[in-house]
Amino acid sequence: MIKNEFAIIGRPLPKVDAWAKVVGETKYADDLFLPRMAYAKLLRSAHAHARIRSIDTARARALPGVLAVVTAADLPRVKFGILPVSQDEEALCVDKVRMVGDAVAAVAAIDEETAERACRLIEVDYEPLPALMSIFDSLAHPEVRIHEYGDGPNVHKNVALQFGDVDSAFEGAHLVREDVFFFEGNNHLPMEQHAAVAHWAQDGKLTLWSSTQTPHYVHRVLAKALDTPAAHIRVIATPVGGGFGGKTDPFSHEIVACQLSKLTGRPVKIALTREEVFYTHRGRHPVLMWIKTGFTKQGDITGCHLRTWLDGGAYGSYGVASTFYTGVINPVTYKIPVYRFEAARIFTNKPPCGPKRGHGTPQPRFALECQLDKASEQLGLDPADMRRRIVAEPFTKTANHLTVTTIGLGECIDKVIEASGWRDKRARYAAANPARRSPKKRGVGFACSAYLTGAGTAIYWNDMPHSGVLARADRSGGVTVLCGATDIGQGSDSILAYLTAEVLGIEPKDVHVHPADTSLTPVDLGSYSSRVTLMCGMAAIQAAERLRDAIFTAVAKKLEVSPSALVARERKIGVADDWDKAVPFARAVELGEAMHGILAFPGSYAPPKRAGKYKGGGVGPSPCYSYSACVVELTVDEETGTVDLENVWIGHDIGRALNPLLVEGQVEGSVYMGIGEALMEEQVFRKNLHKNPSMLDYKSPTTLETPEIHTILVETDDPEGPFGAKEAGQGPLLPVIPAIANAIHHALGVRIDEVPITPDKILKALDFKRAGKPARVGPERLPLLTFKEPLVVESAFGKPADAIASRPFTTKPETNKPGSQTAGR
Amino acid sequence: MKVRVALNVNGEPREALVPAHKTLLEVLREDLGLTGTKHGCELGECGTCTVLVDGEPVLSCLALPVETQGCRITTVEGLAESGQLHPLQQAFAELGAAQCGYCTPGILLTATALLAERPSPTRQEVKEALAGNLCRCTGYTKILDAVELAALRMGRQEARS
Repeated sequence: MIKNEFAIIGRPLPKVDAWAKVVGETKYADDLFLPRMAYAKLLRSAHAHARIRSIDTARARALPGVLAVVTAADLPRVKFGILPVSQDEEALCVDKVRMVGDAVAAVAAIDEETAERACRLIEVDYEPLPALMSIFDSLAHPEVRIHEYGDGPNVHKNVALQFGDVDSAFEGAHLVREDVFFFEGNNHLPMEQHAAVAHWAQDGKLTLWSSTQTPHYVHRVLAKALDTPAAHIRVIATPVGGGFGGKTDPFSHEIVACQLSKLTGRPVKIALTREEVFYTHRGRHPVLMWIKTGFTKQGDITGCHLRTWLDGGAYGSYGVASTFYTGVINPVTYKIPVYRFEAARIFTNKPPCGPKRGHGTPQPRFALECQLDKASEQLGLDPADMRRRIVAEPFTKTANHLTVTTIGLGECIDKVIEASGWRDKRARYAAANPARRSPKKRGVGFACSAYLTGAGTAIYWNDMPHSGVLARADRSGGVTVLCGATDIGQGSDSILAYLTAEVLGIEPKDVHVHPADTSLTPVDLGSYSSRVTLMCGMAAIQAAERLRDAIFTAVAKKLEVSPSALVARERKIGVADDWDKAVPFARAVELGEAMHGILAFPGSYAPPKRAGKYKGGGVGPSPCYSYSACVVELTVDEETGTVDLENVWIGHDIGRALNPLLVEGQVEGSVYMGIGEALMEEQVFRKNLHKNPSMLDYKSPTTLETPEIHTILVETDDPEGPFGAKEAGQGPLLPVIPAIANAIHHALGVRIDEVPITPDKILKALDFKRAGKPARVGPERLPLLTFKEPLVVESAFGKPADAIASRPFTTKPETNKPGSQTAGR
Repeated sequence: MKVRVALNVNGEPREALVPAHKTLLEVLREDLGLTGTKHGCELGECGTCTVLVDGEPVLSCLALPVETQGCRITTVEGLAESGQLHPLQQAFAELGAAQCGYCTPGILLTATALLAERPSPTRQEVKEALAGNLCRCTGYTKILDAVELAALRMGRQEARS
């Protein structure tokens, strides 16, 4: 750990919103009750794929208590979507439904029950169309088209990229492995169901309170979908009761609530049921994968070729980005000199998939790390030692032109190996298992990962800041921070308070954070892609430093010293060796106001422009990458196939832990979520319907299935991050899933090449093993689909990171002040 | 059909005129303005709506107010007394056991009932008591730590008094 030279940074402080949360005062969207508020419900399709012949709302309208009924005819004919390239959603379906759960009509009534009853009175005449419920179905039936756009019949996106000569790399290899894997889709399962309250006031201005991770994008989409000037729309993101990516799209229920408010002249609330949340989805894509990798005798990778097939569901959502993410992040972890990547996202008549914690990367991570485990076994190498050798070099480029900065993965590996007793357990369990009379066999498994700290490019192309902060000091000595960031439980409000307090030498309690209100706060793109701590953090530091500079000039004049002699700490500003004369912060603000007028300063941040100069190079670049290494220890019962997790050790390169308590919380939550995906969670369908759309049937880990999680934080002080910090919210999920699969292999000698790894799959693999067949359960076939001719680009592997000559929105030359550190410091 | 229900909530007598089938969860939130109690499924599956009825954890989404007349109902708003946080609330805030905070009220109440019955539970006992309360943010680690810390502090308080 780095020696802590800070006052606030690095301390395990409570979150600034912790007190409101433990007394039940935090107001989530569904906790808002406005006078005269009406309640809305959506009528959703029970058909997976059908043409809408007609909708008759007469009986619903006639029901007492009903205030308004809307169909697509009552809304502007506009399609929307989160990505500019996939504008394929309708707030209410116009002439076709593409999945069970598609909204076709909506009712506002005096209460929810009346709205529900009215929905049942709406008569929709459907003409059923064939439902395509898998990648194989959709490719086998090009005559049935879910959408009219894309890269082929039912193919949303087809990408192919090649960096260097992969074929030669395989020819020169000592070992070439080809493996096939499948990762089932799963839901975010946030505890809070999506909710929104819309109020379209008589002055023509619309306010929407919504449980969203992306108020800025919702703002843009409302303007489009309601054909109303964005300037007259205000979106407020309420504290989000769990997001994990499930609340990053703009949704039909948000748009419809606004329209119903306009029509009724009342505020309108809409709250989804748990079943609706499962159909709203945007969760983990089911992905089939084929991966071919060449290795030297020592375990070095000579080259890698990855193919992925994503089951996208019925709409685009973030799918184009998801498709790229299945390929572009793997090379960030290890030395992969040449790389080829082909991927296709297929439309199916299921709820749309999108971003879930780790967005598109847990699936190929599972494939790569399981394959590395198999390769190490074949090469007679220890799986951890083999990976330790091939960790990527810091401050270089990957084959696919991504720039990596600091890499703490080696230290993460060393620390989890030591803490877990890996070497001893690896040998001991392997020796003891066959002799054990009990059916319970023990195993340890290993895996690593990397993840981005914020996407380097915005959802829509622009040159504006990705994050903005306004810092305003007032004469009380309090500082107000306005920022578009949305606290989804990750602690963004707290991080803004800590960073501001650190720079100004005050306490977090002195900082009032007002987040996520499009009328008040500068834009932040949203709480996704692990971008908030870094991007809002850098903007907050810049704003606070500007505020501090202004106050310093005034205090310097008063004390008759140079501003550069001043320090801010302990709620005072003064000269360190003449601290008796230091001015209290509140007094310093008064001096500042007297000199400059009102003290309010903006901070802006945009990531360095580092996108590879090729089409598709915009997905993957990030200011810096976090790294994780994981050891899992478990017991498997070979009679029942049940897995009992005992311990998870996880080393995470956090850059710098701004608050170690919060970082640990993010890591523990990520590990937990990985466990659920590895062993039980699955969004699956039967007869076109979700098989388990409830919290009882959709299995997720309780306290009893969650093992002890041992978190080890590694600090690398990254030059790109605020005070050196990287992300923690997503990356630590990634290695857990393959580490579990690898530990099961260590315990039983069977390979389960698909998740979730349920007891039936383990028992089936054991049956194969006993029968002398390959002890593997996993996908047996791959889709027939022709990938594009790859775009061939030279590999940038091993090239030094570019020096960043100029950074957007930094007016002053870079100094070694916190938050504006230069590379190679 | 509406019925008048007389409830004792957090030590205060409260009355409401509600449809007979309206759940305790809905009445607490919508009629009594106690929105600290959350809903996650309305089917008794997630534990988020847990309140205490005569000290016992009850899923308020499955309970009818008429059944709880004459009982002592405690919601998260009633945990702190005279502005003094309950040791569980204090520990949850200090240790980061509330991330998004949505499951927190239900977990606090379940843990309150546990500590009333077993003042110094083992970690396994805490896990078993909280097995019906889902949390998607924390991985439960900080929650278990916080319950243990609160138990320790309450034990010390007890020893002092």
